[in-house]
Amino acid sequence: MSNKKKDYNLNSPSKFTDEMKTIPPARRLTAQEKTQMSPLQAMVASYGLPRLLITGFLLVLFILTPFVDVDLVTQITNIINRFSWNAVLVLAMVPMIHSGCGLNFGLPLAIICGLLGSTLSIQFGFTGPLSFVAAVVIATPFAILLGGGYGLLLNRIKGGEMMIATYVGFSVMSFFCMMWLLLPYSAPTMVYGLSASGLRPTISLDGFYNQVLAGFLEIDFGEIAGKLGISLGALEKLVIPTGSLLVFVLLAFLMWAFLHTKTGTAMTAVGSNPTFARAAGINVDRTRMLSVIMSTWLGAIGILIYQQGFGFIQLYNAPNNLTMPTVAAILIGGASVNKASISNVIIGTILFQGIVTMTPTVMNSAIHMDMSEVIRIIVSQGMILYALTRKVKGSK
Amino acid sequence: MTTNTSPLLQMQNIKKDFFGNQVLTDINFTLGEGEVLGLCGENGAGKSTLMKILFGMDVIRETGGYGGDVLINGQKVEFNTPFDALKAGIGMVHQEFSLIPGFTATENILLNREPQKKNVVSEVFGERLNTLDYKEMDRRSAEAIEKMGVEIDSKMVISDMPVGHKQFTEIARELSKDQLKLLILDEPTAVLTEKEAEALLSSIRNMAAQGISVIFITHRLHEILAVCDKVVVMRDGYVVKDVPAAETSVEEITRWMVGRDVQSAAVSAGEVRSHEDAKTILSIKNLWVDMPGETVRNVSLDVKEGEILGIGGLAGQGKLGIPNGVMGLYEAGGRVEFDGKEIPLNNPRRCLDSSLAFVSEDRRGVGLLLDESLEWNIAFPAMQIQNKFLKNLLGGVIKWRDERAIHQVTQKYIDELQIKCTSSKQKAKELSGGNQQKVCLAKAFALEPKFLFVSEPTRGIDVGAKALVLDALKRFNRDSGVTVVMISSELEELRQTCDRIAIVSGGQVAGILPAAASSEEFGMLMISKVV
Repeated sequence: MSNKKKDYNLNSPSKFTDEMKTIPPARRLTAQEKTQMSPLQAMVASYGLPRLLITGFLLVLFILTPFVDVDLVTQITNIINRFSWNAVLVLAMVPMIHSGCGLNFGLPLAIICGLLGSTLSIQFGFTGPLSFVAAVVIATPFAILLGGGYGLLLNRIKGGEMMIATYVGFSVMSFFCMMWLLLPYSAPTMVYGLSASGLRPTISLDGFYNQVLAGFLEIDFGEIAGKLGISLGALEKLVIPTGSLLVFVLLAFLMWAFLHTKTGTAMTAVGSNPTFARAAGINVDRTRMLSVIMSTWLGAIGILIYQQGFGFIQLYNAPNNLTMPTVAAILIGGASVNKASISNVIIGTILFQGIVTMTPTVMNSAIHMDMSEVIRIIVSQGMILYALTRKVKGSK
Repeated sequence: MTTNTSPLLQMQNIKKDFFGNQVLTDINFTLGEGEVLGLCGENGAGKSTLMKILFGMDVIRETGGYGGDVLINGQKVEFNTPFDALKAGIGMVHQEFSLIPGFTATENILLNREPQKKNVVSEVFGERLNTLDYKEMDRRSAEAIEKMGVEIDSKMVISDMPVGHKQFTEIARELSKDQLKLLILDEPTAVLTEKEAEALLSSIRNMAAQGISVIFITHRLHEILAVCDKVVVMRDGYVVKDVPAAETSVEEITRWMVGRDVQSAAVSAGEVRSHEDAKTILSIKNLWVDMPGETVRNVSLDVKEGEILGIGGLAGQGKLGIPNGVMGLYEAGGRVEFDGKEIPLNNPRRCLDSSLAFVSEDRRGVGLLLDESLEWNIAFPAMQIQNKFLKNLLGGVIKWRDERAIHQVTQKYIDELQIKCTSSKQKAKELSGGNQQKVCLAKAFALEPKFLFVSEPTRGIDVGAKALVLDALKRFNRDSGVTVVMISSELEELRQTCDRIAIVSGGQVAGILPAAASSEEFGMLMISKVV
């Protein structure tokens, strides 16, 4: 019927003006609303209910550890370890979120670039720490090239980035499933033994860059205690992969710094309101393209860091296994589809990896049943679903 | 008073204010059965608000209701929702179509009021599963179309129809309601070709002959004279004239629509400066702009350095297209020279680099980063275009945002323009319309441009903010010597602010007059080339 346009925006002072009608009925927290809430409500609102629930869940897991005979310090070491593997991948989400391209569901593309770097580095005969450097160097041009093409594609389908990105991820991965077999790799550590061609699904990094970052300045409390001849009790099981963490800190700092530069500011503005940015003379497409390339490169570096911690290169369908956890991690961290900060990355990775490490051990010991995978799936997919249905601003 | 002798519709002392901003004052008029009433007035004169009251739109109730009485057949009525109005026999056809493109005319006409037949399934599961009675539907839609006295194919799908037929379908939908007594047509001819408009006019006569009263809102004044029994002219929320159509002329109506008393024009004339000797800073030649709803067809315009040039005209005639086209936001062609150098069109960056700035009429869409702080909003364009508010690190390789400089400039404009906010870190979307507009101006001022386009700077903001915004513009022009081109639908505002006013009509400049020229002259220009 022609006769009414529902105006949802009840608390705006000038709601009769036409320009107000464009506001969706989404919940907006104004300063006024905040003062009306009790301090507790305000705290919950600013921290975000899902993040609160997951933090609570993680705390419960921590509290449960002594009762189910699980060693807390080992668990913490695990969480720190897994954080160091995954953090850079989660960081890779940031540029695309800032430029309004949404969550990078096309992460497999970035991972493939990293995989090309690592396999070619081994193929070309690099070993030891040098093979890591070579992998980074080789992955970079692939990331720029493939990321550029990916960016070109995303610029043509503005508004549907996330869906298209998902399919880009799937198809690139499937394409490379064939490539891993067909490309003329010959390094004996990587190819199938009998046919001497085609890469194996899992390639060990021993002798190449296994633990190359994690081992750098590693702090092993057990070793320290042994050297000093003192007992640190439970703490002796704590190991900190300093090098990996330092690399993450460096990359996160560079990201933070970038967002404070002129170009970074433009990128955020493009994500916030592309028309505004265009009217201010910004080349929106180029900025988005830059963000996609940055995302792809960070993803490629991220998988290399993941591999050096994990100790293996995983090929074929493996890239896809990292997409959802990574997207879920940044969302749990409090990011939304169009706002993300470095603190979102750090908090999100800790929370998500915390749950991933803690649930199998704690839950299994507690209920003697393998619930870990179920919970992991509920948390990661549920989180993504939640974020996509509520396109609100992120929290700090 | 018996029902027989009282007129169909009486409006008595209707008053309406939006948060203290009086938009309607003491509106009185009556409409008899079978009469056609032409309602005219400039944009913002209060026509739409009046019709919204009559039609019981939600906005009216949500903004505190209205004063005065609406009487139908002598009975006082108060419509809380459009459904009440529909029940009372009032139908309204809006400017924008609300039809379902994939449905046929018949289906659209009878949407949700279809005659139904029972079937086996609906016997069990209830009325919602009744089958539609297509034969009866065809009959009733044919009847409604018949009432208009035009021919449209009731089986045709809406998306295949020419615009005119869509409009007729909308009207037929209202006519198909049995109880319809009063039909409100809000600028129904705006989108029609001349021929279609004529058909519509004759169908209005047809309806009137069958006893349906019509309120006809249009900017095409000759249509009013052709079809209406009487004319009600509104201006600034008052009914300024209520006369039989036979006793008036287009010139007279125009004067009533636009004219304020001649004195006020004379007052502003004292301030008006002449820039005839100044050099031409911006020269537009044969500009066309493809902006939906505001098409510019062929505009040539010279702007003198240091003046404030107003661009006025009726809505949809293309005045908004001019700045949007020059600034490269919509596809445009022609030749634009600024300060003797040609500016390439369709390239916002090049305009901005040449020290042009633009405050868009679309505050929320183009003008603001709603989710970001005022600091970002104000400093962003200057930062991106002129490298202001940046610190150069490592010999200029890294351009670092200078938060302190940004804070300072924002604070400066918050004080200068009296932007009401909790702090310079507040998000732009949390401000009121007037304050958002000030942020948009501050953003342009921060660019320190040589030339500023301001489009509809006072649209949707209250009187107090209006005065401040206009004053800020004037000051900016006088103090910094910036040439300003201001586009506005409100002629009176232009006359208060500008030195010369160009009137755009039908996508062309119909003429340029000094601000002191009489209202009739402006009015005549406004409708001179209307298409």
